[in-house]
Amino acid sequence: MSTQTLTIGKALNLGLRKAMEDDAKVVLMGEDIGKLGGVFRITDGLQKDFGEDRVVDTPLAEAAIVGTAVGLAMRGYRPVCEIQFDGFVFPAYNQIVTQVAKIHARSKGKVAMPIVIRIPMGGGIGAVEHHSESPEAYFAHTAGLKVVAVSNPVDAYWGIQQAIAHPDPIVFLEPKRRYWEKAEVDTAAEPEPLFRSRIVRGGDDVTVLAYGPMVKTALQAADAAAEEGRSLEVIDLRTVSPLDLDPVFESVRRTGRCVVVHEAPTTLGLGSEIAARVTESCFHSLEAPVLRVGGYDTPYPPSKLEEEYLPDLDRVLDAVDRSMEF
Amino acid sequence: MSALSQTTEVVDPVPGAGAPHLPQQPELIQLLTPEGERVEHADYAVDLTDEELRGLYRDLVLVRRWDVEATALQRQGELGIWASLLGQEAAQIGAGRALADDDMAFPTYREHGVAWTRGVDPLEVISLFRGVDNGGWDPVSTKFNLYTIVIGAQCLHATGYAMGVQRDGAESAVLAFLGDGASSEGEVNEAMIWAASFGAPVVFFCQNNQYAISVPLERQSRVPLYQRAAGFGFPGVRVDGNDVLAVLAVTRAALQAAREGQGPTFIEAFTYRMGAHTTSDDPTRYRLAGELEEWKLRDPIARLKAHLSRSGIADPAFFDAVEAEADELAAHIRSGTVNMPDPVPAEMFDHVYAEQTPHLAAQRDEFVAYHASFSDTAAGEGH
Ligand SMILES: Cc1ncc(C[n+]2csc(CCOP(=O)(O)OP(=O)(O)O)c2C)c(N)n1
Repeated sequence: MSTQTLTIGKALNLGLRKAMEDDAKVVLMGEDIGKLGGVFRITDGLQKDFGEDRVVDTPLAEAAIVGTAVGLAMRGYRPVCEIQFDGFVFPAYNQIVTQVAKIHARSKGKVAMPIVIRIPMGGGIGAVEHHSESPEAYFAHTAGLKVVAVSNPVDAYWGIQQAIAHPDPIVFLEPKRRYWEKAEVDTAAEPEPLFRSRIVRGGDDVTVLAYGPMVKTALQAADAAAEEGRSLEVIDLRTVSPLDLDPVFESVRRTGRCVVVHEAPTTLGLGSEIAARVTESCFHSLEAPVLRVGGYDTPYPPSKLEEEYLPDLDRVLDAVDRSMEF
Repeated sequence: MSALSQTTEVVDPVPGAGAPHLPQQPELIQLLTPEGERVEHADYAVDLTDEELRGLYRDLVLVRRWDVEATALQRQGELGIWASLLGQEAAQIGAGRALADDDMAFPTYREHGVAWTRGVDPLEVISLFRGVDNGGWDPVSTKFNLYTIVIGAQCLHATGYAMGVQRDGAESAVLAFLGDGASSEGEVNEAMIWAASFGAPVVFFCQNNQYAISVPLERQSRVPLYQRAAGFGFPGVRVDGNDVLAVLAVTRAALQAAREGQGPTFIEAFTYRMGAHTTSDDPTRYRLAGELEEWKLRDPIARLKAHLSRSGIADPAFFDAVEAEADELAAHIRSGTVNMPDPVPAEMFDHVYAEQTPHLAAQRDEFVAYHASFSDTAAGEGH
């Protein structure tokens, strides 16, 4: 039987396992990923089966986790770095944006950087500060990096394998509050390509774009809207750099309306870029300006306020209403 | 030989590390044995009054009780998470009580005992873990900086603060806390280089509790941590972190040296985290129960208690009184926590900048208006 019901967490675990079986050059590195299996248990059991050289419990040093991955990649390895939480990627930020991202271009293509940097991202788990951030825009703004944000177990299972096999460096964002969401995964199926967006629910009135943890929220909003007789088309971007917007343009030309949803602060977030591109390509079809629903431009708040901070289905529906009012 | 020194002869080999077994000199400064016997050390002396000794005992018991209560509150869903100090009470009380009023402390996220010595209300610490705010107390008036979650970042702040103290010609010192895991971060190493280079009056106080979450010390350092200081060019000492007297003596001396212009010291308080890393951690995955049992024999509170009773400094009535006080503190923490008001949502926008921006002010207004449109939520100015 090749179809199993998996959580996102388990799908990632199995995907990592498969990637390690397929390619002996794949090396996992990170804090607490060995015996503990990572703080989210994504690497559970892998050290036991692949040994301490391939699943490396590293010292507590993010710059070193990514910086040594650069050297390993130069030797033909495929390092998969785990950053424990989104807010802890910043000690490694220098390595990621000044080195990992640029070496291929600087070496005129002589040196590839097939590095995957896995980051559990986003809020909603009641954590203290620095455990709930959405840093995707920092990386998407850096040429040379690709940024993937999965939303479901199928993409988690295939996406992690595709990211590892891919020749470019990939920041791989995992929606931490959705780690426990389940779906059927057919491990024998032909996977969809990694850098493509996907329509996850068809509709006619408004095109709603989301990625990572917000896809579920967008789908919930679509359910609620349907009860009021409104039909939302929901697109999961799946990859935020490069953006695959052709299906989005097609959709918006049909619906005439577009709402982009993400958790990260709204100003200069991914939504701003998407709004600009949709406007450029679909100006004559738009019935309303492209609207953004995002986090506020404040530090991620203490957890008692995260429900207020994070876009929920009401805020998505509110934006849908505003769009329809134009 | 004490039980402590017996465990530290050799660094266990790290599989895959390819390094030889390195000898580890157990130069552990101790003034109180695990059995509670007072011993002398040639370089470090403390001469405390009976009252001060009883005061230290009271501190230890009260912060442990606070910690136990907070752990229980987390289990009951009242706190999002809790970082327990269980087993590290002596290291924290010893270090905290070594501070002079004017000294500044830079904690990580586990220094509840030091917070206690700085007069921070336990409920202010708890508010961070309850998710009520991202800070809690006033770092200026308490001279106890806010907790720092990003590992090691505070060591640079402490060094900079110490450089400020130095420039001002002030008579004070700075105490920076870090963990054994933190010693691997680049920023911590940069802080030590700067502190040495500028002779800044800062003391790095490393609580080596043997683990960074699941990763044992051997993965962070192939030499005993205190020996690293030599490479940065300042003294390193290892003190029995479960011996409150030794920690107090060593930290006082280091702070005094810093005040006198002798620059930084690195203190490795050799101790053990008896609980989980935080309430979300599962230590059974990475350590054996036997290890914990062994460390229980070196319990920092039991040994001071043994000393106090044996030498007649405290009697059963005193111990009972401290217990009663601990019960009261626990009750205060419990009721204070469950009755702690939730934050006012719109306050999220209020302190982002010293000077509010028009953009954020407008966002705040929209937020308040949006929430006012739901009749049952109070997002705005009050409850
Ligand atoms: C930069 C950074 N990376 C990772 C983490 C996640 N994390 C929190 S505590 C911890 C271990 C810290 O160990 P240590 O410095 O020994 O202090 P201890 O918790 O043992 O007191 C880790 C990896 C973090 N908070 N910050």
